[in-house]
Parts: sequence; structure tokens; C-alpha cells
Amino acid sequence: MRFLKMRTPILRQHAIVGTLAALMFGGLAPVSAQTVKIGVILTYSGPDAALGEQIDRGIDLFTKLHEKDLPPGVKVELIKRDDTGVNPANAKRLAQELVLRDQVQILTGGQWTPNAMAVAALTKEAKVPLVTMTAGGSAVTLQSPYVVRTGWTLWQTSYPLAQWAARQGWKKAYTAVSDFAPGYDGEAAFIKGFTEGGGTIIGSVRIPLATTDYLPYFQKIKDVNPDVVYVFNPSGPQATAFMKAFDDIGIINSKIKLIGPLDITSDDELPNMGRSALGVITLGQYSPAATRQSNVEFVAAWKKQYGADSTPTFFAVAGWDGMHAIYDAIKAQNGKIDPDQTMKLLHQWSDPNSPRGPIHIDSAGDLVQNLYLRRVEERNGHLANVEFETIEQIGDPWKTFNKQ
Amino acid sequence: MSGMAASSVAVEHIPRSGVWLAKVVPWIAVAALPLALPGYEPLATQVFVMILFALSLDLLVGFAGIVTLGHAGLFGIGGYTAGILSVHGFTDPLLTALCAMVTAAITGLIFGIAMLRTKGLTLLMLTMASAFLLYEIANKATGLTGGEDGLQGVSFAPVFGLFAFDFRGKTAFFYTLAILFLAFAFLRALIKSPFGWSLRGIRENDARMAAIGCPIILRRLIVYVIASAFAGLAGALQAQSTQFVALYSLSFELSGNVLIMLILGGSGRLYGSFVGVPMFMLAQDLLAKQDPANWFLGQGTILIGMVMLAPGGILGVCQRGVAVIRARRRA
Amino acid sequence: MTTITTILFFGVAYGMILYLISVGLSVTMGLMNFVNLAHGVFAMLGGYATVTFMNRYGVPFLAAVAIGCILVAALGFVLERALYRRLYGRSELDQVLFSFGLILVAVAIVRIAWGPLAQPMRLPDYLKGQVEIFNVTLPAYRLVLVGFGTAVIGGLWCVFDRTLFGARIRAAVDNRAMAQATGINTSRLFAVAFGLGTGLAALGGGLGADILAIAPAYPLQYIVYFLIVVAVGGLGNIKGPFIAALAIGLADTACRYFVPEAGSIFIFAFVFLILIWQPRGIVARR
Repeated sequence: MRFLKMRTPILRQHAIVGTLAALMFGGLAPVSAQTVKIGVILTYSGPDAALGEQIDRGIDLFTKLHEKDLPPGVKVELIKRDDTGVNPANAKRLAQELVLRDQVQILTGGQWTPNAMAVAALTKEAKVPLVTMTAGGSAVTLQSPYVVRTGWTLWQTSYPLAQWAARQGWKKAYTAVSDFAPGYDGEAAFIKGFTEGGGTIIGSVRIPLATTDYLPYFQKIKDVNPDVVYVFNPSGPQATAFMKAFDDIGIINSKIKLIGPLDITSDDELPNMGRSALGVITLGQYSPAATRQSNVEFVAAWKKQYGADSTPTFFAVAGWDGMHAIYDAIKAQNGKIDPDQTMKLLHQWSDPNSPRGPIHIDSAGDLVQNLYLRRVEERNGHLANVEFETIEQIGDPWKTFNKQ
Repeated sequence: MSGMAASSVAVEHIPRSGVWLAKVVPWIAVAALPLALPGYEPLATQVFVMILFALSLDLLVGFAGIVTLGHAGLFGIGGYTAGILSVHGFTDPLLTALCAMVTAAITGLIFGIAMLRTKGLTLLMLTMASAFLLYEIANKATGLTGGEDGLQGVSFAPVFGLFAFDFRGKTAFFYTLAILFLAFAFLRALIKSPFGWSLRGIRENDARMAAIGCPIILRRLIVYVIASAFAGLAGALQAQSTQFVALYSLSFELSGNVLIMLILGGSGRLYGSFVGVPMFMLAQDLLAKQDPANWFLGQGTILIGMVMLAPGGILGVCQRGVAVIRARRRA
Repeated sequence: MTTITTILFFGVAYGMILYLISVGLSVTMGLMNFVNLAHGVFAMLGGYATVTFMNRYGVPFLAAVAIGCILVAALGFVLERALYRRLYGRSELDQVLFSFGLILVAVAIVRIAWGPLAQPMRLPDYLKGQVEIFNVTLPAYRLVLVGFGTAVIGGLWCVFDRTLFGARIRAAVDNRAMAQATGINTSRLFAVAFGLGTGLAALGGGLGADILAIAPAYPLQYIVYFLIVVAVGGLGNIKGPFIAALAIGLADTACRYFVPEAGSIFIFAFVFLILIWQPRGIVARR
């Protein structure tokens, strides 16, 4: 107190002001050009948090293992935000804040199609690259020139499956999808592929997401007796509920075949599905049971980090590959991120050794990857999706049919 | 309810200019937010929209005594109206906001006629069912609403042709704030009018009100329609400021959240919304970050604690605190 | 013909689960005049108890359900005495807020204890697969559900109509003051009835764990259905909700089979119409 009451010499006054100013501005100073800030928007709360956690772990595992690959002086800072579920308004606001307040240079996450669509629309104006990881709607990459994806689309996992199904000689198919946009995509993709291959669709049903009792829907399927049923649901607990209902109604042990994209036999739910899932055939880009070397290493690193009981799923791999693409773009620009240059690099990005096999991003922003036909079998005492056939390097078929 | 009488009786002698200043200054301070905290405009805009929504709910819950767990239905109708109009080429923000209000009011009228004859649990359940019904319809009509994907391609023309809605959010900030101010002024006038007083009467004792000749069902219907209109307006503002409409706007979760926001601040006092909404959204931001379970736990405990110990919300507690201080001063 | 039988059967099974869970709510609401939105919590806890005892301790299915019932009934009894009782005279808003807060707390605790995902329900082998009856193949689990449900419901009706306890409850529902005046200890009656109601909910939750999945979102997801059964069925009685639950179960099932495009719209529209016609519910006691 006495210090302040004394008439302080000018020099001391200047020193005080100067120190205060330095502290203030030091705290507010923009980060050095060598720290790349990346905004991650995923679902960390709610019933779908487990899926968000998978992606998040994929991201964290990659950054941990590849930190040393960054050029000297370049650091990466991940700023994570919770969109709390399918909530596009939230996602958009979070993206806005990340861009305006935190000044992120790259956005990623994009767990759900509605959320990713909202954020993608924002990137057009804000000119911030977005690497969306698991949103499966084909239209996401059309929203702005600043969007690429490292996940998959429903057309990608359903159209080739339909073609394969027609080739098996199956003539009559029934489609049963969950009643939301990815479901419609899957349904449309399957119908197109199957009818083109000479088959007929004898019925379609869209099952509301909030359904508790599937038996009435599946009873109808049993009554019309198709050769094959194409199923899609949003993975997770619903996948198990579907499988159980199919078992209860007697479709599992009948001549009717169950097929669908990989969501319906998600690896984290297989233990819950039990023997009902045996023999179900899916088309997907990733199974943790794959024997390629890059996957064996990936799964080992995963289990080392997260515990032997934990299994990476296709959500985790999307996060892993997404970070890989981002890191490569950062390395190529030496930490100085230019949005248009980043997009150019991303559109040309490839990885011949991803845990899911060779992948690359095409000019439309979609991920071109191998798709594997898998059958649920018992391996080492538990169930796994075992790959038995490969369909090479498929992009997003919807884009092919709807050339802009 | 016990705190209600106090607010309407004792009026201290404060100079008129003082009261006027105390009421206007906060608005001016808030309007200066972009200068103090740039980058926070989108969050602030969301808060304004929610405050308007909570105000419309306060009209029902706090003043008319109609407890509804389906208010988001009207919010969503407003949002989708504005959004769908914009997708089909009608992009003037003020006009579409007006259309949203009208649509929401009509919806409120239709449901109100059906529901308001019932009371208690049945009414509560019907309010929930009405919102669920609207949710399901919007969910199924994917061609019109985009379903789970949300409504794509929403964009609005500049306000008055001059101020464009950009991603920085400044236009949205001032636009929403201005409309909130006007709406608040209207609602305040409504509350202080004889109509507003009759509502409170109906809430306290509808048998007596009927005995003095007050048309109860009609009044309740009117207030339901007005509340619906303002909820629809809030929904339209949401659509315009975020350039997006999603099914969440019609959800039970939103209905529950806005009720909690209102109660936190205190229902039956218009300013309750202004206190409760920012506190809720701030708390949500802080608590939900670490673990969502913590957020639910916190919300639930606060709700239970409030009902048991502090009915009337934060403003109620403040009011009782002020009353205690005044009593001590006089003693 | 078999289609109709199958739909009837599924509808009845679904309706029974709804009834078992909701009947307790109807009785306690009729008795205490308390809007208890948290009723689904007790059904959920019954479900969690059932799957935990089955999965972690290998207890047989029906025994696990029974244990769940008893535990939850005890919890209900305690909660009534400790918390609910203080709010009996309060406004509807306060009761709604309280019970909603209770839901949130329960959801959080359950989430912390069991995680956010739905609990896997591993049915014992004798309940899996199908059974053939009169040329109709029906899932075994549902068959057991209907059988067991009928037994419980029959027992419930006996208790209500034939025992002193049941008579006391009916008296207290009709006119609490008079019942108290005739010497019935209504406050203890409430606690016991509440325990019974929550125990039944737990029974419904545990038995129906395969139909209504046990997850933290349970009370929020299904609350509207329980409320519909009670509101349509009428408060304070046990026959009305039975008719309502069966009607809803059958209507919903038939709709899903014949008109799946309508989704849940039909149920809600149906409920609106019924309640406009009969605002007090189809079997109103007051």
C-alpha cells in the first residue's frame, strides 16, 4: 500500500504498466505460427457417446504415435467440443466458436450426417478445411469445396453389396432400414444395385428409430418369404436389438439370408448379439479381425493403449485415417496452414497402408477404399467379421450417378 | 406460488428515473457485448432465442398455470415454417418470422381447443403427446423437412436489405436482441393489463373467476395461442440465426430443458427467463464438458433441491432475501 | 389367419408389459394425486437389477426378476417416506419438476454405475427360439411373458377386489378423508402402495427387458407411453389401464404390420381422439 501512496518515479510507473501490458498481451497473444489448432467436434455425451469415444480414441492414438513425425517446431493442438448427439444446430454453433474464438485452422470430427452438413455449410463461408470422419450421407461433401471425408457413405457400402447379392442368384429381396437419411441412402443404393442385377424388390419398410418392438415388422418379412433381406440400422445397441428380433421371429435359422452394410454387425456389439449373428454377411471397409499387417499393428497398438478388452471398430479407423490425412497436410505445409493449399493436398492424399487397406481421397472429397465382404464367424472363442472377398477401390457411387 | 403476492403488493418509493434507468441500462450493456467479447455473438444469440422461448413458456406456466411439457412443438413449427419458406424462395427475415408466428399460433389454437378442456395429468400428457405427434410428422415428411438430416439450404436475405446474415454472427446478434426487446415489451404490457391479471386469477382459483363471470376456457385458449405465437417466433429466430432447422427443435428434450431454464430463474416473473437461461447454458457448458452424467446429476439435484428448498427459482430466493432485509431495516 | 393370430399375440405381449409397468403409476396417482413422471425409473431399475443378477451372478431369469422386484419395491417404499411425502400438497408444477429432477438424477447414477450403453439381455436357452401352438409359431419368450403376465395380473386383481388391503386402497382412492376417518392409516397405506406399484414396475421392466431395452435413456424414452396408458385408462383403478394398455399394444402392433409408414403418428392421434371423447380416461373412478 505504501508503495502506491508514494510518489513513484516515472520509471517505476512505466515498469508497472509495461509489466501489466506484457502479461495481458502475452496471455492474449496469438499462438506462434507453428502451432496448428484443430477443432474436433464429436459426441462425448449421451447414448451415442461410445461411438464418439471410438473416433476420439482413434484420433488420440494417432497423434500420440506420430507426434514425432511432425517437422521440428511444429505442434498440433486439438480443441475438442461435444455436440451431445445428433444436433446440427449445436454442431454449427460449436464450429462457429472454434473458428471465431479459438481460431482453429482445421475442423474435424463430423460424426453424424446432420451435424456434418451444418458444419460443412459453414466452412464455405469461413474457408476452413473440414475433414469429416464418419458422417455417411453422400451429400456432405457437396456442401462446400472445403470438405473431405475419411469414413464411408451408405451408397459405398450398399450398392456393391446389392450387385454382389444379385450375382449370387438371389431373386427376391426385402429391404428393412432405419427411418432416417442414411437409411434412405442405403435403401436407394440397394434397390438400384439389386434391380440392375436382375433381382426384384418384393417389399420395403422403414423402421422408426425409436421403435422398441420390431417383431411386427419382421413378421411381415417372414410372411412374404424373400431370398434375402437387406438391413440397415445405426449400429450400436439397435444393431443388437435387430439381430435378436430376427432370431425371435425365426428368420435367423431359416433360408432367408441377412445382409447389410457393416453397421449391422458392429464389432463392439457382436458379443451381445451372440449366436444369432452367425452367418450374417456384410460389406464394409474395416474389420478388426483383418489379417493384413497394417491392421495387426494397429490393433496391437490399440489394445496396448486402451486395454486388451477394447476393440477398435470402423469408427476408430475413420478417426485414425482422418488424423493421418491432416498430419500429412500439416507436414507438407510445414505448419503454415493455407486453406486452399490444404484442400489441394487433401484431395490428393493417399495411404496404401491404412489398417483398412489402400485408401485415397478423390476429387469429390470422398474416400476411395477397398470394401470387403465379411461373414460373421467364430474365431478363438468369440465372434468376428471375417473378410472373404475384396471389392477393390470403390468411391461414392452416388456421385457417379449424379454427376454435378 | 407463495412469493407471488409479495411482488404485486408493496411498491417502494424509488424515483421514476431510477427505475427507468435500471430497466434500460442492462439492455444497452448487452448490446455492447460484441465490443467487449468478440466471438461470443453466436452464443449470445442462442441465449436471446432461448430467453424469448422461455418467456413464452412463462406466460403459460408462470401466469396462466398451464404446465406443458410439449412447448417445443410450437418452437419447432415456427422454425420449420421459416426454414421451409426460405428454401422455397421466400427469404425476407421479417416476413418469414411473421408467418412463423401465425403458423405457430394456428397450431396452438387447434391443439389448445382439444387439450385445454382437460386438466392435471391428462393435460400434461396431451401436451407431451402433441409435441411427439408434431415430431413424428416432421420426421416422416422428409421431403418437406429433411427428417433427421435437418432442413438443408436454409438461407435468408439481409435484414431490411442491408444487414446480411454471415457466419460471424453480428447481424444475427443485433436482430435477435432487437426482436427480443420488442417481444418483451409486448409481453410485459400484456401481463400488466387486466387480461394478464385475470390469468393470474384463473391460475389461483378458477372456480371463483368463473363465478365473477370470467370466460376461463376462452382466456386460457387466448393465452395459449399468444404463447404459441411467441414460441414460434423464437423458433423462427433460431432458424434465421443458425440458418438451419433440425428435429431437435420439436423434441421432448428441448421442452424439458426450457422448462428447467425457466424454473431456475423463477417462473411468474418475466425477468426469471433472463436469469435462468444464461445460468442454465453456462452450467451446461461447464458441467457437461467433463462427463455428461455429471450434468444430469447436477440438473436433477438442483431441480429437486429447488422444489424442496427454494421454490420460485433464483429470483424467488432473491425476492425473499430482499424481503428479509427490508423487514430487518424496518425493525 | 395366422397373421391375425400372430399380430394379436404380439400386441397382447407388448400391452402386458406396458400394463405391468403402468398399473403401479395409475394406482399411486389415483391414491396420492401426485404427478410422478419418474415412474419409468423404477421399471428401469428393475431391468438393471434383473440383467445384473443374470449376467454377473448367473442367477436364473425369473429369480433375477423377482429379486429385482423386491429390491425396487423396498427402494420405492423408502423414497415415498423420505421424499415424495413432503410434496403431496404442492402444486402440479412442483411435482412435475421434482419427478423430472428425480429422473435426471437416476439417469446419471445409472449411467455412472453401468455406462451409457444398453444392457445386454442374455435370455436363458429355454426362452429362446420358437414354439408351435395350433399351427402358429410363436417366440418362446413372448409366450412365457404372456403366461406370466396373466398370472400376475390375475393375482393383482384378486388382491384388489378380494382382500382387505385392496379394499383399503380403493377406499382411499375414492375419498381419502373418509378413509382416514374410518381408521385406515392412509399414510402407511400410501407407502405400501407405492412400494407395490414400483415393485410391479420393476417386474415389468425386468420381464420386458428384451422388448424395452434397458439403457440410461429408458425413463425419458418411454415415459410418454406409460403416461398414455394411465391417462387413457383412468387414474386410481387397475382395470382401465389394462384395457388401455391392451388397446395401445394391439393398435400399435397392427399399425406397424399393415401401415408402417405411419410410424408412431397413429398412436398419438389415437390417444388425442380418445381423450377428447373421454377426458377422464375410459374407466374414470372420480
